[in-house]
Amino acid sequence: MLKINNLHVKLEEEEKQILKGVDLEVPAGSVHAIMGPNGSGKSTMSYVLSGRDGYEVTEGSATLEGEDLLDMEPEERAAAGLFLAFQYPVEIPGVGNMTFLRTALNAQRKARGEDELSAGDFLKLVREKAKALKIDADMLKRPVNVGFSGGEKKRNEILQMAILEPKMCILDETDSGLDVDAMRLVSEGVNALRDAGRAFLVITHYQRLLDHIQPDVVHIMANGRIVKTGGPDLALEVEKNGYADILSEVA
Amino acid sequence: MAVAKTKQDMTETRIAALGLPEHSGWSAPLRQSALDRLTAMGLPTGRDEYWRFTRPDALNAAEVQPAATFEGDENPIFGGLDRLQIVFRDGVFDADASDSLDGEGLEIDRLEDAVATDIHWAKSLYGVLEANGQTPVPRPFAALNTAFATDGIVVRVTGQVEKPVHFVYLHEKTDSDAILHFVVKIEEGASLTLLENGPAAARFNKCMEVDIADRGTFHHIRAQGRDHERRAVTHLFARLREESTLKSFTLTANGVLTRNEVVIDLTGDNAIAHVAGAAMGDGDFHHDDTVFITHEGMNCESRQVFKKVLRNGAVGVFQGKILVQQTAQKTDGYQISQSLMLDDDAQFLAKPELEIYADDVACSHGSTSGAIDEEALFYLRSRGVPASEAQDMLVLSFLAEAIDEIDSSEIADDILGRLEGWLARRRS
Repeated sequence: MLKINNLHVKLEEEEKQILKGVDLEVPAGSVHAIMGPNGSGKSTMSYVLSGRDGYEVTEGSATLEGEDLLDMEPEERAAAGLFLAFQYPVEIPGVGNMTFLRTALNAQRKARGEDELSAGDFLKLVREKAKALKIDADMLKRPVNVGFSGGEKKRNEILQMAILEPKMCILDETDSGLDVDAMRLVSEGVNALRDAGRAFLVITHYQRLLDHIQPDVVHIMANGRIVKTGGPDLALEVEKNGYADILSEVA
Repeated sequence: MAVAKTKQDMTETRIAALGLPEHSGWSAPLRQSALDRLTAMGLPTGRDEYWRFTRPDALNAAEVQPAATFEGDENPIFGGLDRLQIVFRDGVFDADASDSLDGEGLEIDRLEDAVATDIHWAKSLYGVLEANGQTPVPRPFAALNTAFATDGIVVRVTGQVEKPVHFVYLHEKTDSDAILHFVVKIEEGASLTLLENGPAAARFNKCMEVDIADRGTFHHIRAQGRDHERRAVTHLFARLREESTLKSFTLTANGVLTRNEVVIDLTGDNAIAHVAGAAMGDGDFHHDDTVFITHEGMNCESRQVFKKVLRNGAVGVFQGKILVQQTAQKTDGYQISQSLMLDDDAQFLAKPELEIYADDVACSHGSTSGAIDEEALFYLRSRGVPASEAQDMLVLSFLAEAIDEIDSSEIADDILGRLEGWLARRRS
């Protein structure tokens, strides 16, 4: 599904190399987790993959089902099936959540040459998905993320994911700022989307999220590279001993 | 005194090119005193305090500069509403194109008929609110209007009128120069929604005086014409008595020069005045909102919400003042003026003012100028919304606070449709 090869990325504005040769392959149907200390490049990788400005790829490649991601506009990546659940979802006053969801879904369908969804069908779809995430009608009516609590914002991200049905989902610290109940809701939302045709890349600091969303593979990222890859046990090891052991081991 | 002399000459030249109407009935002395006011204050120059950001030259000139008319295939705005339509063609009332001037709870007369009627309610209002509004800030184009208005309508509202009255200002001749004067009187407990749209003329000077009695309500929504080259100077003078309400919203898209002045006196207690505007300018566009709200009554509320979207050299001006007199305790005043710059060439000039003499009031004001929020743009794009559509969504999001000031969702939808049309024409 997602293939990253020797990816080097620097900041556009300054001579600062963030990613220094990332290799990663996430096959369809699998859940990969990335853990790593602050500043290791995890979030940068999610932004580069989704096409945010401000980064320059100096070497390497990233493909989604064989298509060159780095060559596409952010909206083309979305239409191709990539989704990033933001660590800090953006507030957009004056744009209703429903309008936003419908515009996004129909834009993607249009880009893929599919028919736009009728207002009635869309409403049915949203109601069904929102219910599972305990998102009420009021949250759907309000402007996008405005006045939402931390937990509501993250649930709203998962709602978008459920409606847009991407193939490749990247979750950037979706657990940050969540209480236990919200974490369970969000995880259930993600688990409900697990599917043989869909892959997940879960970026997190804490093993706790991985109790709920069980990964097939865990990677440790440090200093702009994947330094260690293992099974779910690797996350437990990090939780117990911190990163120091692993980092000294690979140094 | 060189400047004063220039001013005097300019004013005389302009006045010489105009003429007081011959059959002006009871309005004759009122027009004469307006002319005296105008002569005394003179037409504005860039040295006048409230004309520093907007060049008045084209409005002062004796000769009108021609303006092409808008060619577009959009449906007329407010066309889907059940309304009483009153049509002006290049500033001349068109009886054939208009609905009949009557309706339950309404007394509507053409100005020239009203002035010929010896005893007429409008006699005590014509030019009166305009004259009151000349201090402390002179408004010469309003005095000019009262003196030289060539046509107009007076409306008295005695009941709760459901059906909006709609003034349609058609612009057909490229060199038309229109001066229209309106008087609206809302009687106790009465209410009216007034719609206005159209460019009216190559150059348009409009003055509207609105007197709202106790518990009266006046809703005002206007869409100024889309003709690129048109010029307009408009004044809305309003006096609000106890527990009365005024809500006014203006949409401006295009126009090389627009100066909209709003002068409101909250004289009764517990009155509410909201004025809002959304302006979109691309290229040769200069839009100026100059607002002066005076609180005299106790416990009144005023809101000013003005938003401008500017690009490609467009200029936006906001001069807004809240004056709270000593009597106006418990005043709640709010003012916000914001511009969204779609490129580096646009310009926004703002002059927010508060002047407060009462000690128990809550007044706030703010003014900002900024570009499209890149974070929000990326967020929308990452969800699959194409860049141009995402930008349009953010433009509408920026304008939302102003559009929210429109109470009727039907009318707000009409305004939104117009905004979307403006954006769509610039997308391809």
